[in-house]
Amino acid sequence: MLIAAVSTIVVVVAIAVLVPMAPGWDRVERSFFAGDVFTDVFDDLLGAFWLDVKIFAWSAPTIVALALLIAMARGVRSPALFPLRLFAAVYTDVFRGVPVILTIYLIGFGVPGLGLPRPWNSPLLWGSVALVLAYSAYVAEVFRAGIESVHESQRAAARSLGMSSRQTMFSVVLPQAIRRVVPALMNDFISLQKDVALVSLIGPIELLRQAEVEKSLSGNFTPYVAAAVIFLAVTIPMTRLADYLLARERRRTGATAVA
Amino acid sequence: MLRSRATVSLLLAAAAMSSIVACGDSESGDTTSASSTGSTSAGGSATTSDGSLATTAAAAQSAAECAEGKTLDDGRLVVATGSPAFPPYVMDDDPTSGKGFESAVAYAVAGEMGFDKESVEWTRSTFDQAIQPGAKNFDINLQQFSITPRRARNITFSAPYYASNQAVVGFEDSDAVGATSVSELRGLKFGAQSGTTSLGFIQDVIQPEQEAFVYNDNVGAKQALESNQIDAIVLDLPTAFFVTAVEIEGSTIIGQFPVDAGGQADEFGMVFEKDNPLVECVDLALGALRKNGTLEKITQRWMTGFADAPEIAVD
Repeated sequence: MLIAAVSTIVVVVAIAVLVPMAPGWDRVERSFFAGDVFTDVFDDLLGAFWLDVKIFAWSAPTIVALALLIAMARGVRSPALFPLRLFAAVYTDVFRGVPVILTIYLIGFGVPGLGLPRPWNSPLLWGSVALVLAYSAYVAEVFRAGIESVHESQRAAARSLGMSSRQTMFSVVLPQAIRRVVPALMNDFISLQKDVALVSLIGPIELLRQAEVEKSLSGNFTPYVAAAVIFLAVTIPMTRLADYLLARERRRTGATAVA
Repeated sequence: MLRSRATVSLLLAAAAMSSIVACGDSESGDTTSASSTGSTSAGGSATTSDGSLATTAAAAQSAAECAEGKTLDDGRLVVATGSPAFPPYVMDDDPTSGKGFESAVAYAVAGEMGFDKESVEWTRSTFDQAIQPGAKNFDINLQQFSITPRRARNITFSAPYYASNQAVVGFEDSDAVGATSVSELRGLKFGAQSGTTSLGFIQDVIQPEQEAFVYNDNVGAKQALESNQIDAIVLDLPTAFFVTAVEIEGSTIIGQFPVDAGGQADEFGMVFEKDNPLVECVDLALGALRKNGTLEKITQRWMTGFADAPEIAVD
């Protein structure tokens, strides 16, 4: 404990003292850490961040629902439903394989080009759809891992009790599977929280774009630092929560940590 | 000391702030605002030129004297433009040809400062590279950087070499066609290109009812226009001419705003490494070029023919 504290203090002090001694520090400080620019732009950035929050708020539940459907589709065992399985596999392959940014460009610019009337051609709508499609592929894989981690004997037991295959899935498998993958899911949502900013590429002014606009208006990079601070204020608590959930899950399942 | 320097370098490199240079005291105090119009030159740095007062010959001489030893390499002037650079600022993306407004201005300024055509070298940079701290790989950077007081606090600008106005571009069947005053435009959905002063113009002068969208490039803006996500985009007038003629088929300039709409002209200045003493010499050169009519001639040569676009009044 003492060693950890001392070594932490030494490293932090070293950075705080040494970095400003670099010959270019004055300029870096003026370009990235200008207090006046920071206070000038912070309110605007915070206002723009509200759009990120909104996109996140409507995308995240949609992703969970769609991903669950896909994960279950990949797990269907009836031969008649094989096409469903195939579709789910192709879906995850495609959307996990394409960078999120490309999905946003292609769907965000492509679909509205079909001639949809306003407001159905809104980049906010189609940008969110692109995010949902991309993230559902990742999250579906997490759910699938969770579903497959439930031991086969549990299904056998459920079926032998007379439960239907559907009942087995919803009452026995999924409750355990979801609980197990919650920490992993948190990771994906932290990542989503940042990728929401990519929607700005097709028009809407959210935090990242607002920071870019302010950077361009002021000729100074401080708005980027301010935007990073705002993102961190949200993602760090989420990360800590994910860690906590992971630790709890580990305690619950009886695994012990080895230093 | 040497070791700690090395550590610092590593730390900074890790933080992606790669360029560390020895530099003098960087005065970060407020500098004079660089928003003058007309022929008086007010740079973004504290050094204002008196080029407009000097006689042509004397100014030319002093610009050349002034520039001596102040460039990255003695006897050579490195000028940066955009990538790609587009007409009418640079023709055919080839700044060395001297064809195109900014290419011609750069060579004229270089000439005033005693650099012949062969001593001028071109490089490319983005806006971000022009404003990032640290050593620059150019002496002068010109690519339609608008001089604003806010920017001038963080970047060193030359005196203005062009005053531009903003224009509205849309398809010929756009709702905006025929608008003669800003109030007729307020109901429209606007788009702007990221990194331009046009977005500020939309927000401050047009003040539309719906928030504008922003795109990385004209291709994005074009797609949004075609998808009817936006009704019109705002660009500086010369760029608007290029965009309507070449980049966005079927688009037209719906109107142009007065040069001083929004309180002040959108003036282009060259960008220098913060507090680069060369700015003084460039201001002298620009003053001389303005005085002897060369700047006017270059402007006439490359930046005319825009006047036909209908005017939009600002209330």
